Amino acid sequence: MTPLSRQQIAWRAAQDIWDGACVNLGVGMPSLIPNYIPKGREIVLQAEVGIIGMGPTPKPEDADPDIFNASVQPTTFLPGGSTFSHTDSFLMIRGGHLDLAMLGAFEVSEAGDLANWNTGDPATAPAVGGAMDLAVGAKAIRVLMDHTTKDGRPRILARCRYPLTAAHCVKVIYSNLAVIDVTPQGLVVRETIPDLDFAQLQAATEARLTLSPDWRVLEAPALS
Amino acid sequence: MIDKQVANLEAAVAGTKDGATVLVGGFSAGDEPVALTEALLTTAARDLTIVANGVGGPKRGIASLIREHRVTKIVCSYPRFVGGEAFAAAYKSGEVALEVVPQGTISERLRAAAAGLGGFYTRVSAGTLLGEGKETRIIDGEPYVFEHPIKGDVALIGAQQADRWGNLVFRHSRRNFNPVMAMAAAVTVAQVVEMVPLGSFHPDQVHTQGIFVDRVVVVDRARENWAATP
Repeated sequence: MTPLSRQQIAWRAAQDIWDGACVNLGVGMPSLIPNYIPKGREIVLQAEVGIIGMGPTPKPEDADPDIFNASVQPTTFLPGGSTFSHTDSFLMIRGGHLDLAMLGAFEVSEAGDLANWNTGDPATAPAVGGAMDLAVGAKAIRVLMDHTTKDGRPRILARCRYPLTAAHCVKVIYSNLAVIDVTPQGLVVRETIPDLDFAQLQAATEARLTLSPDWRVLEAPALS
Repeated sequence: MIDKQVANLEAAVAGTKDGATVLVGGFSAGDEPVALTEALLTTAARDLTIVANGVGGPKRGIASLIREHRVTKIVCSYPRFVGGEAFAAAYKSGEVALEVVPQGTISERLRAAAAGLGGFYTRVSAGTLLGEGKETRIIDGEPYVFEHPIKGDVALIGAQQADRWGNLVFRHSRRNFNPVMAMAAAVTVAQVVEMVPLGSFHPDQVHTQGIFVDRVVVVDRARENWAATP
């Protein structure tokens, strides 16, 4: 059993984004998603800084320093792309105008509570950025995350231990072990990686899981 | 005749008072209006409250105000930009107080001040650490928290072009917080890359109207901020 790489998690999440979706991508793993959007689907990417219709990352020599995304990385416009002020950007985000926000997560609870902004470490100033705005405002939240901490403790929990970003917002979890839907009946496992049985997955998860009748094996392509 | 252009940076920030709330435009250290921010060091103003998205880089702009002990409070969403050591040290020692506000709530609190509103209710931060102690109201079955306006005494913003009326045009991602800050302060000062003759802007394409802008100063090659502020 080999857990998915970050690239493979991003690939799997990208397969579920539909043609025409307006999407905000968080920093970290979600920022890899544009590399794996299936051909033929037109996805409209929005970022907090006030840009919509972003294209591929430019080569360094082609980068315009005034065209950047919420990670302050150079980006490009697709034909149809545009910029606007923060007022309009967060109206898009908070007013339910985005179809999807794909975010990273420290922890997710079985109720779909999300913790992704504050580890409670008193030495560093807490930084929220646009995390709460996205978690509350987008029509659906999907998260990309490692299933456990580096030392093997579950990050999909009965209740989050870290301070919440927002309650009851996560709809789908793409982890390095499984694809899990957050439903009113609890967490439902839709896909698992090869050679991982349900008991092993449950052992790596604090929240109670059930297996979907449509469960299947998650076959991801080899990606570096 | 209206001419909002001033001769230099010192004139641009003249009159900034002790205890002022200063709105600093831009998204991160890379597009902060560094020259204007540093010009505050030519005034005697202390005990400043800075409202910005971040806390600046290691040396220039907001960081230089922190190092010169001019800042007592920062209101921002993301006090953790790479290289923000000046803030990190002042935060640890307790010299600078921090109010962390969700990014869209900063923007909307500024807009509320700009529009003459007494505040607004939002679902953002309800039920979280950042919503604790705030007035909460159930609207359509969901909890909302009340947020107060943020009014600036001074806004320091960056734009690409201005005309002598103070009409502004921004370039690409560098618009961000600048327009709403321009609208939310008693005195708004813009540093621009170039002045253009009145009438150069197409009437449909002015981003921020001169009614919101009090002073304009040309900062040569302002885009060098990008490289100079790591």
